[in-house]
Amino acid sequence: MPATSVAGHNTDALIVLSGDCGGIVVMPKLNLNRVEMPRQDPIARGKNFNEVALGYTPEMAAEEAERCIQCPKRPCVEGCPVSVNIPEFIKALREGDMPEAVRMLKSKNSLPGICGRVCPQESQCEEVCTLAKRDAPIAIGRLERYVADWEQENKQAVESPTSDQPEPTGKKVAIIGSGPAGLTAAADLVKLGHSVTIFEALHVAGGVLMYGIPEFRLPKAIVQGEVQYVTTLGAELVLDAVIGKIDTVDELLANGYDAVFLGTGAGLPMFMNLPGENLCGIYSANEFLTRTNLMKAYLYPEYDTPLGMGNRVAVIGGGNVAMDSARCALRLGAKAVYIIYRRSEVEMPARREEVENAMEEGIIFKFLTNPTGFLGDGRGWVSAMECIEMELGEPDDSGRRRPIPKPGSEFVIKVDTVVVALGTTPNPLIASTTEGLETTRWGTVVADEETGKTVKDRVWAGGDIVTGAATVISAMGAGRKAAADIDKFLRSN
Amino acid sequence: MYKILSREDLAPNIHQFEIEAPSIARKAQPGQFIIIMVDEKGERIPLTIADWNRENGSIFLVFNVVGQTTNKLAAVQVGESIMSLSGPMGLPAEIDKFGTVVTVTSGYSVVTIVPVVQALKEMGNRVISIMRAPTMDSVFGQEHLGAMSDELIVTIGDNSCNGEPNFVTEPLEKLLKAEQIDRVITVGPVCVMKLVASVTRPHEVKTIASLNPIMVDGTGMCGCCRVSVGGKTMFACVDGPEFDAHEVDWPSLMARRCTYASNERGWSQYRCLDCAQW
Ligand SMILES: Cc1cc2nc3c(=O)[nH]c(=O)nc-3n(C[C@H](O)[C@H](O)[C@H](O)COP(=O)(O)OP(=O)(O)OC[C@H]3O[C@@H](n4cnc5c(N)ncnc54)[C@H](O)[C@@H]3O)c2cc1C
Ligand SMILES: Cc1cc2nc3c(=O)[nH]c(=O)nc-3n(C[C@H](O)[C@H](O)[C@H](O)COP(=O)(O)OP(=O)(O)OC[C@H]3O[C@@H](n4cnc5c(N)ncnc54)[C@H](O)[C@@H]3O)c2cc1C
Ligand code: FES
Repeated sequence: MPATSVAGHNTDALIVLSGDCGGIVVMPKLNLNRVEMPRQDPIARGKNFNEVALGYTPEMAAEEAERCIQCPKRPCVEGCPVSVNIPEFIKALREGDMPEAVRMLKSKNSLPGICGRVCPQESQCEEVCTLAKRDAPIAIGRLERYVADWEQENKQAVESPTSDQPEPTGKKVAIIGSGPAGLTAAADLVKLGHSVTIFEALHVAGGVLMYGIPEFRLPKAIVQGEVQYVTTLGAELVLDAVIGKIDTVDELLANGYDAVFLGTGAGLPMFMNLPGENLCGIYSANEFLTRTNLMKAYLYPEYDTPLGMGNRVAVIGGGNVAMDSARCALRLGAKAVYIIYRRSEVEMPARREEVENAMEEGIIFKFLTNPTGFLGDGRGWVSAMECIEMELGEPDDSGRRRPIPKPGSEFVIKVDTVVVALGTTPNPLIASTTEGLETTRWGTVVADEETGKTVKDRVWAGGDIVTGAATVISAMGAGRKAAADIDKFLRSN
Repeated sequence: MYKILSREDLAPNIHQFEIEAPSIARKAQPGQFIIIMVDEKGERIPLTIADWNRENGSIFLVFNVVGQTTNKLAAVQVGESIMSLSGPMGLPAEIDKFGTVVTVTSGYSVVTIVPVVQALKEMGNRVISIMRAPTMDSVFGQEHLGAMSDELIVTIGDNSCNGEPNFVTEPLEKLLKAEQIDRVITVGPVCVMKLVASVTRPHEVKTIASLNPIMVDGTGMCGCCRVSVGGKTMFACVDGPEFDAHEVDWPSLMARRCTYASNERGWSQYRCLDCAQW
């Protein structure tokens, strides 16, 4: 129910909100002027991989925090998948007690520097913010980032993680995968006194945060800071360890681990099985982004991994992965970058902020368009993409209107690089090498939503491996719930 | 970090390293490979596990110096370490009692095929190995392969492979005509494998090729290694590297292998070892 007797935007008087805030509450001034965060100029940033959003200054953070009306109903906390104490950390921030703001934030979210940058706040905490009903919600994500960045710069001011060593329980837990789900589960379990080993298949930890999300959106130093935090807590990190190839989950369980948490994500790229899809110049988003971000192809030849970047790039898809690919292509020197999306703008699953950033940077959006095939140049390289226009029909299972091809609307667009960003499913390696795991027809592992427990004894799972490609915060939340349940199990045995 | 325990220079630009990697040594099977990254700025490249010593916790790699990473690797000395090594990747070679098996190898694969030959012998197969080197002074690995095989045929051919039956295909053709061959296994440059497939096809002899597309992760995550086999897209790192050679789309594999030919450093001096395809 919308607030009633609210005065106009510019009134200096106290205002009264009713209904949603639980009865009549007297509130301070309602300031609807959200403090914008400075960003790099769109033209300049299209040529570099530096972070786009520059963060609040202390003054900006204070001003934005001041807007929070500290409403007693706290809808934001419910909107947050891990129930961060949002009003409390904002209150501490505006009282100038930064260490307290950090503690408040970190008591629920061990990766605030990451979440502040990449969470889809507009569909979570900020969507339900009381101010959102009037106009601009509190910029919770930006404040979260501000507090986390302050902590990075002022580490010593906050109590060190090793200050109160937990009583060792003598129990061993193996965490498979070092994405947000695995890192969160690991941090929670070491803090509870268990001995934790994280096994990561790649040569660096961090999962999608390292190989997928680009530097200009999430600086890798921040991710590595969080990884280091987990190892300084006492978790052991084993890189280059592909579970299922070296030890299997069953072998880990037989060789001394009391419990295993699967946080291996959804890393298998989907292709469309269209004619010409194996032509050179056609990449999965995973390959394109891995070469760019993890292997640092944007610094080639200082780094050894190349990336064949053409002039006209089509990115197929409408999610975060597509936005990231398109914006990387631009920064790698492409002249024209198209996003090819089969539905319309409103259905795009990407974070709103990143869509706006991409548009500002000059990415060209072709909505209601679907590829139907790829044409080669006679030497094995892609030279054009065949497309068809779409229109929206009845809503499908996802609630979004189903795109249907418009007969006779076929056309060809000239491209020399294509990135297929149509989503990912879990890698079957773990499920196929582990006895007795239950999987769905999408290859996700079945686990209890509240506890992460799988049907297999002593095995838990969480994050994208259970949900399919989702969000950082939901993966963290799943890691946290599983850690709590693993702890309960270990203590009762 | 993974320490180089020993190294041997087998021929010009062909080196063999023994590297400390206990968890990989423990699980390695014939035909599997690892992904190696020399240093922090390096590229991830696949190399076959040529042999392993489970007690010592070490694996052996044999590589041909062709570009940036293999040059970097060749510069690493005994006692020094490389940054990353992961595996064993890929499915193990298919080993069964087939009857008479012919292997056709060229270059590094003369050494990397040995565990496969050994496993085939242990299953009771008769194994005839055909190996090829471009010139007399680039012959290596023949003693070891010969000792493992029932018969060894060494061919020397120059760098051209424009369909001339001047090297591996000639003895292979003879064998196919002379006796019952139940399976052919080929590993090596793409053009050699492609020629082998074309020679065995009319004889309807099951032929297996171990494909070597460009790879990144080696775990099925990127799709860089995709190959078209029997009209279906497969990821060589997880569905292979062995595939039915008669079903492989060779032109596509050749083109994809050359994806970075034009921006690799020094590519102008480099030509595919066998077919100078670009
Ligand atoms: C390009 C891109 C952009 C995104 N943008 C956003 C965004 O803006 N906001 C947001 O909230 N979410 C975003 N997401 C989604 C988000 O990153 C994921 O939902 C989240 O990372 C999932 O976390 P996870 O821990 O489940 O798995 P992952 O982050 O995928 O980590 C899994 C880890 O397990 C490792 N692994 C896999 N198999 C094995 C094995 N057999 N043995 C050992 N290790 C293994 C992998 O190498 C990886 O490091 C994005 C995703 C992508 C790809
Ligand atoms: C499963 C698998 C197993 C492999 N096992 C071995 C092995 O045991 N020993 C070994 O030496 N190699 C092996 N290879 C090939 C090896 O991975 C490449 O030679 C290596 O990636 C070259 O890296 P580079 O950085 O040195 O050369 P790059 O700088 O990447 O190569 C320069 C150029 O040469 C091309 N090129 C690279 N290698 C070859 C080649 N061998 N033939 C033709 N063209 C090439 C590339 O496409 C590139 O354009 C294997 C490949 C696969 C997929
Ligand atoms: S190498 Fe990445 S999927 Fe095979």
